[in-house]
Amino acid sequence: MTPLLEVEGLTKSFGGLRALDGATLAVAEGEIAGLIGPNGSGKTTLFNVVTGYERADAGDVRLRGRSISSAGPDRIFALGIGRTFQLTRIFARLSVLENMLVATQRHEGWARSVFRAAGSPAERKQALELLEFVGIAKLASLPAGNLSYGQRKLLELAYVLVADPDVILLDEPAGGVNPSLLHHIADRIRAVNAAGKTLLIVEHDMEFVMYLCGRIMVLHQGRVLTTGTPEQVQRDPAVLDAYLGGAEDEDDELDVAAVQL
Amino acid sequence: MSGTVSGARAGAVLAALGILAVFPLVFSNPTTTTIGLFVVIFMVAATAWNAFAGLSGYIALGHAVFFGSGAYTLAIVAEKLHMTGGWSVFELVPLAGVVAGLIAIPFGLVALRTRRHTFVVITIAIFFIFQLLAFNLTITHGSSGLQTPTPLWTAVGYNQRFYYVAAAILVLTVAMAWAIRRSRFGLQLLAIRDDEDRARGLGVRTGRVKLIAFAASAVPTGMVGAVYAYFLGQIFPQFAFDPLFDITIALMAFFGGLGTLTGPLLGALVLEALQQEFTLHFSVGGLYLIVYGALFLVVILLLPQGVVPTLASLLPRTRARLTQRAGAEA
Repeated sequence: MTPLLEVEGLTKSFGGLRALDGATLAVAEGEIAGLIGPNGSGKTTLFNVVTGYERADAGDVRLRGRSISSAGPDRIFALGIGRTFQLTRIFARLSVLENMLVATQRHEGWARSVFRAAGSPAERKQALELLEFVGIAKLASLPAGNLSYGQRKLLELAYVLVADPDVILLDEPAGGVNPSLLHHIADRIRAVNAAGKTLLIVEHDMEFVMYLCGRIMVLHQGRVLTTGTPEQVQRDPAVLDAYLGGAEDEDDELDVAAVQL
Repeated sequence: MSGTVSGARAGAVLAALGILAVFPLVFSNPTTTTIGLFVVIFMVAATAWNAFAGLSGYIALGHAVFFGSGAYTLAIVAEKLHMTGGWSVFELVPLAGVVAGLIAIPFGLVALRTRRHTFVVITIAIFFIFQLLAFNLTITHGSSGLQTPTPLWTAVGYNQRFYYVAAAILVLTVAMAWAIRRSRFGLQLLAIRDDEDRARGLGVRTGRVKLIAFAASAVPTGMVGAVYAYFLGQIFPQFAFDPLFDITIALMAFFGGLGTLTGPLLGALVLEALQQEFTLHFSVGGLYLIVYGALFLVVILLLPQGVVPTLASLLPRTRARLTQRAGAEA
């Protein structure tokens, strides 16, 4: 069976900086995969290339075996890949509910959108249900700019879900979120996965990744260094080297989670 | 509660339509009806501009291209067809709108690839290309301008005819702006204003959405350009393609409230009436520009959201304070 999402030999340079250097990975349907790596290892660039925000210099991205590497962000979203951003990006001057309604036209042509109201009763109901699901339904009529950082993360997750994508790419869902909300976000991600969605998560919070992901890929200098279960990755000396800049450390018991990144 | 609000709103719309309809009958002297006509023309242009720029956040300063193209469309076609003055010339007004809309497509394809200040500069540059063309093409008769047919109407009711044509365009334009604002399409424009790249990532086809809105806002602008040309009887490149037109309609929308429905109407009413008054009383054409400049400073510094949104946020607060006081006294 072909994996749901495949990335093959992706290369991307910014001037003299090689952000991606032949990155190859695959995400199977129904899993929560983690993508970790030191700062500057190319995680966000990989997300940007997969979701069409940047064009790769070489390599291919395939969804269900079909190449999507030449499509723009709107097309890729319509094909079924949703993403959230590291620094959340919401429509600050629209209400929370309106934010949700922006995303509801995944399967709709522009001509229809001109001639119909911003949200049908069914779409509003679905939007409110999803807000309920992530736990911010009470804030539906507030301008989204008034939300806290963690609430914005939840809103982003909710409006990516509105269009019912097959794969969701989460860029640091735990970054900058207070610990009490962290559990809630992790719990919601689990629930999304239980509902049949495939997830690929970039995250610096090791505890969070180890808790959520069944399989972890480690990116280093633009290519995948190793892949395995959280336990395997934790024990892999190459991973430690990558994080500690190649310095030989004699302490065998060091685990990645203990390295405060 | 919402029933009384929508009832009040319907009442306000009817009252506005009533005033629009009876104004030139009540104030029928030619000076007043001329001012009324220009106010309505600018209401259309400011509303149309706002339906694109106010929602998308793309501050276009080249809508005079559409106004001028509409004016020249009427003048050129009327000349080629040897039309004589009368109602039939008004039949060219929709054509002028279509031409303006078609011009907006290549214009938009070029300009809308850029954003923010680059976009502003590109629209200004394209505007000057059109003015230059009007000065130099044979079809426009260059700087000697073009005559439009003179209608053989009596002085009584002469201005009113132009006024009612412009008023009909106004009603359609406001209806269009309202429909855009409450449609999915309008929501997509607002999403583009807040974060265009994010909107793309949520499936919004930003290029198309912007282009359609741009062309839609060009159509009414071209139509009133045609009415303007017919009313004046002659057009020249520097007046049909007037850089002040661009700044004026933007200022009207900013003054009333960018992105609101009533803002550009209020802005056009106040500023255009003011301009006409100044020109009449002091017989110095450019004096109003000083007032415009001062007003613009005041609006940007004190009411950055414009008059309408500021009042709208003040009203409930005042009302709450009043009911509170009434409650305390009781």
